[in-house]
Amino acid sequence: MIQFVDVVKSFGAQRVLDRVNLTINSGKTTVVAGPSGQGKSVTLKLILGLLKPDSGKVLIDGQDISKMRSRELNRIRTKFGVMFQGVALLDSLSVYENVALPLEERTRFSSAEIKEKVLAVLAELGLGGHENKYPAQLSGGMKKRVGLARALMLHPEIMLFDEPTTGLDPQKSMEIYQLFAKTQKQFGYTSIIVSHDIPKIFNLADQVILVNKGKFTIFDSPEDIQQSEVPEIQAFVKNTMGDIYLSREME
Amino acid sequence: MVIRYFEKIGNNTLYHLEDLGRMAGFLAQSFIGAFKRPFRFSAFIRQIRIIGADSFWVIFFTAAFTGMVLGLQGYYTLRKFGSEGALGSAVALTLIRELGPVLTGLMVTGRAGSAMCAEIGIMRNTEQIDALECMAIDPFRYLVTPKFLATLVSIPILSLIFIVVGIFGGYVAGCGLLGVNPGAYFSGMAQSVVNQDINMGIVKSLVFAVLIVWICAGRGYFVNSIRGAGFGAEGVSHVTTQAVVLSSISILVWDYLITAIML
Repeated sequence: MIQFVDVVKSFGAQRVLDRVNLTINSGKTTVVAGPSGQGKSVTLKLILGLLKPDSGKVLIDGQDISKMRSRELNRIRTKFGVMFQGVALLDSLSVYENVALPLEERTRFSSAEIKEKVLAVLAELGLGGHENKYPAQLSGGMKKRVGLARALMLHPEIMLFDEPTTGLDPQKSMEIYQLFAKTQKQFGYTSIIVSHDIPKIFNLADQVILVNKGKFTIFDSPEDIQQSEVPEIQAFVKNTMGDIYLSREME
Repeated sequence: MVIRYFEKIGNNTLYHLEDLGRMAGFLAQSFIGAFKRPFRFSAFIRQIRIIGADSFWVIFFTAAFTGMVLGLQGYYTLRKFGSEGALGSAVALTLIRELGPVLTGLMVTGRAGSAMCAEIGIMRNTEQIDALECMAIDPFRYLVTPKFLATLVSIPILSLIFIVVGIFGGYVAGCGLLGVNPGAYFSGMAQSVVNQDINMGIVKSLVFAVLIVWICAGRGYFVNSIRGAGFGAEGVSHVTTQAVVLSSISILVWDYLITAIML
């Protein structure tokens, strides 16, 4: 379980998160949405311990990671798998080397065992035969799948996706979403997705967090968002979720 | 007006203290990384190739022509005092104590240090370093330590190559072109070079190796924290230039300090 307790985070004079509280239950999919520059990626970085809150607590399974030393933090991070907005594959390594990296660095598997596991995951995600290519030789959708393969190698309990479909066409986006649903069913991880791809992304959500002006508004279902009476959320609904019906008609 | 002036001084002082602290932590973490498992032996060997072996020809030609210039200049200066026989000693001592380590350091800074800074800076900008942290992989041990150790091994060896090639460059100019007695050239060298000269050369090359990795890799690692560096490609370009300039000046400053201490 992930919890934020009265978390405050500022950059200079700008208060990005203002005493926010949050609970994300295990095994569920939480979508973090909201206008740009409102603190969505900051929320992910706080969960990962890449940023520390100015005050408040960030609890992962009851442990406050904001006060942890790097060794303890690394132990907690073994629970996480992350897919960055730009995928963040190591561009000097091949697809195989990127996916094998977590196993080589963090486990004691033999080279033969690592090879077997990596090739199996690559085949599962439709990347068989591409293991010797380098990130610069891959399409956007393939890079995302390699990023997902790398993140899944150590069977994480929590997966964080930062804008996972940015730069992909609608068909590729849909493929990635189907892959999320499939791998979540297979590995049973808790999923946190930061996305602008509204309303499509809501199809995956068990819970939606809208981030706006430093505050979180939490909804138990995407439908609840439409019924909100908060003016900012109504405006957000009008600008984004109004497309739900158009989208369904088009489909 | 006056308050603003003092505020500016205070802000600058705080920024530089923070930067120094960050860089000190970087140096310590890079050093500690050498003792953390798993050891990245293959990465270390690869870096020796990139930093050391690939710099061979740059060092060779720089050393050959530096030695030849020393031979020419030394001959015409020493001839005024009738001491052409001391040419070998003059060339060898200049190369061992000063020019070998210093020019090797400067050449490696320009060739490998700049590449190191740009590579790490781009990795920082494209979230590759964040990705390593998220996989609980220590970026210092994974990225910086192999470069650090490879530079510590490569620079003394390259300095040695520089000195040997430079001495032969001096021999070609002094003995081959200007007629200095080859026996006098080498015997004078054997008599005048003592252990202290060699120790000074080794100490300098090790200190310069630390300076190069510390400054070049460190600037790249903190590319987004450096005030006024800009963002993206511009930030990396700015920081790489800054790293090469700072590293080169530091080599010359530390050359003076080590000479003053060890003479």
